[in-house]
Amino acid sequence: MSEHRGIWVYSENRDLILELLGKGSELASKLHTRLTAVMLGHDVKDQAKELVGYGAQKVIVVDNQQLQEFQVEPYLSALTQLTHEHKPELLLIGSTKRGKELAARLAARLNVGCVPGCQELKTDDQGRLVAERIVYGGNAIVTQVFRMKPQIVTVPRRRFEKLEYNAESQGEVIDESELQLEPAKTEIVEVKPVETVETKIEEARVVIGGGRGFDKKEDFKILDELAQILGGQVGYTRPLAEDRKWFKEWVGLSGHAISPELYIACGISGVIQHVAGIRDSKVIVAINKDP
Amino acid sequence: MVRILVCVKQAIDVSQLKVDSATRRLITVDAPKKISDFDKNALEEAIRIREKLGGEVFTVTVGPEDAKTTLREALAMGADKAYLISDPIFENSDTLATSYVLAEAVKKIGPFDLILCGEASIDSFSAQVGPRLAERLRVPLITYVRKLSVEGDAVTAERGLEDCSQTMKAKTPALITVTKEINEPRIPSLMAIMKASKKEIVIWAAADLSIASEKVGEAGSAVQVLTVLAPKMERKKIVIKGETAMETAEKLAKALIQEGVVGR
Ligand SMILES: Cc1cc2nc3c(=O)[nH]c(=O)nc-3n(C[C@H](O)[C@H](O)[C@H](O)COP(=O)(O)OP(=O)(O)OC[C@H]3O[C@@H](n4cnc5c(N)ncnc54)[C@H](O)[C@@H]3O)c2cc1C
Ligand SMILES: Nc1ncnc2c1ncn2[C@@H]1O[C@H](COP(=O)(O)O)[C@@H](O)[C@H]1O
Repeated sequence: MSEHRGIWVYSENRDLILELLGKGSELASKLHTRLTAVMLGHDVKDQAKELVGYGAQKVIVVDNQQLQEFQVEPYLSALTQLTHEHKPELLLIGSTKRGKELAARLAARLNVGCVPGCQELKTDDQGRLVAERIVYGGNAIVTQVFRMKPQIVTVPRRRFEKLEYNAESQGEVIDESELQLEPAKTEIVEVKPVETVETKIEEARVVIGGGRGFDKKEDFKILDELAQILGGQVGYTRPLAEDRKWFKEWVGLSGHAISPELYIACGISGVIQHVAGIRDSKVIVAINKDP
Repeated sequence: MVRILVCVKQAIDVSQLKVDSATRRLITVDAPKKISDFDKNALEEAIRIREKLGGEVFTVTVGPEDAKTTLREALAMGADKAYLISDPIFENSDTLATSYVLAEAVKKIGPFDLILCGEASIDSFSAQVGPRLAERLRVPLITYVRKLSVEGDAVTAERGLEDCSQTMKAKTPALITVTKEINEPRIPSLMAIMKASKKEIVIWAAADLSIASEKVGEAGSAVQVLTVLAPKMERKKIVIKGETAMETAEKLAKALIQEGVVGR
């Protein structure tokens, strides 16, 4: 078990990998180990330096045409081989849908554990990694430790801060582009990008939420207006999307998790599943008729 | 004719969970249980495919003995036959151990054209068991599917990712995890519930599947749970109230400017 050394970060999402480097640096110094970023893709070699600037002490690059677009099996086979060869003690993987699938399958191949969607990562006095995540529909937080290595966790967007870019940072770049990759088992027939509005809410500094307290869809105009004035976005509770079919997206446990500076919940009761998605907002204002 | 297996989990009904506010512990002892929400979508999809193409729908769960009620629910919805994989040594298994047991069961029940799972279970929400099972069975996997069709030996599936929606194709046998959007699960009629009581539930223990005891339960799990506690809500809890709506709004605006979150 002790032969496993080092912390690795990987995400196919650029912002997320920088955030993972931020958290990874903190953990690496606490665990007295080194931080490595894994870069998988095609024509990505020149991006390695940037990752060094954001905290990676080492960058492992696999530059291969088979990694041009994200397909799980080639990515998975690269990570599996690299992990076998270099034996990291901990892998932080970005908790996108692609990342969650990748992490689960990597854990299955390596026959180890995986804690998905970690809200917090700490070390305890025994030098163990303690992972925290939300369970039971937002009713509880479970804290877990691993019995074996490598330990795999996934981390959602906007959970941790990236470091300030430092152009002076020095780091080693290891080229592993010679790996033999597994072909994809599925075929991508069609890709349709989603409209940007659907993804932007996580980035908004101010979010105005609307719930079942609204009787008519037209009334949401006032929220749109308020959002515009405050430079924010409008979000909804799930029943408005699922039952009333007014909107496509919602905020909460099964929807978008947001952490704006200001969340104004209008006509929202604050049921636990909804609160799970807004808990990290700095200031929460609730406007409703509940005493 | 397609043979479809649906993996269902008996989950705690999280909307009915209670918390002991003094200790922040959850009261899970006699919390109501039910089929995990998205597993119902998986079942519904399997039944619809069978209605269209003919074939059989099997369902399997790894769980305690009382998970039989969960399986009866699945049979009432329309599954043809159910398997309960249950043994005291499975208790406290994590996703590594659970997927091992599930894979051994599938190998014994199989072969299948299609295996369906929920995107994630409502209580642990880990989205792990489906992908891990696909790895163990070495079959193609398509996750987060919201539209599915089967034609010959190929499945076509539409999935929604953060930045795009993708249409994917795979050869069967394949494993698919489905989201809530894929369909509206049927509510079984009284007739269907009565008929379900006559359908077969096969019960297997660890020995029936030659399960290695050191690979299941707490000892066989990779992850160890330290605590499960209700989250602390540390908020200022300020109530803003005025004589009129206008006055309330003004007070709120002032408070928010003071907090520095608006008016910059
Ligand atoms: C597995 C699962 C996952 C879920 N995930 C999510 C999720 O991710 N996100 C989510 O939002 N929900 C989720 N839900 C649903 C959730 O349980 C609640 O049903 C939902 O959040 C309630 O929405 P609401 O607050 O809009 O409605 P309600 O609970 O009905 O609240 C309406 C509010 O409007 C107020 N109101 C009414 N009239 C007025 C008025 N004239 N002026 C001011 N206030 C008024 C009332 O006082 C009340 O507070 C989930 C449920 C399950 C089972
Ligand atoms: N104990 C179990 N028995 C059968 N299927 C399960 C079990 N646990 C999880 N699954 C399946 O795996 C999916 C994802 O579960 P989870 O990894 O717990 O989020 C569920 O929706 C089920 O389809």
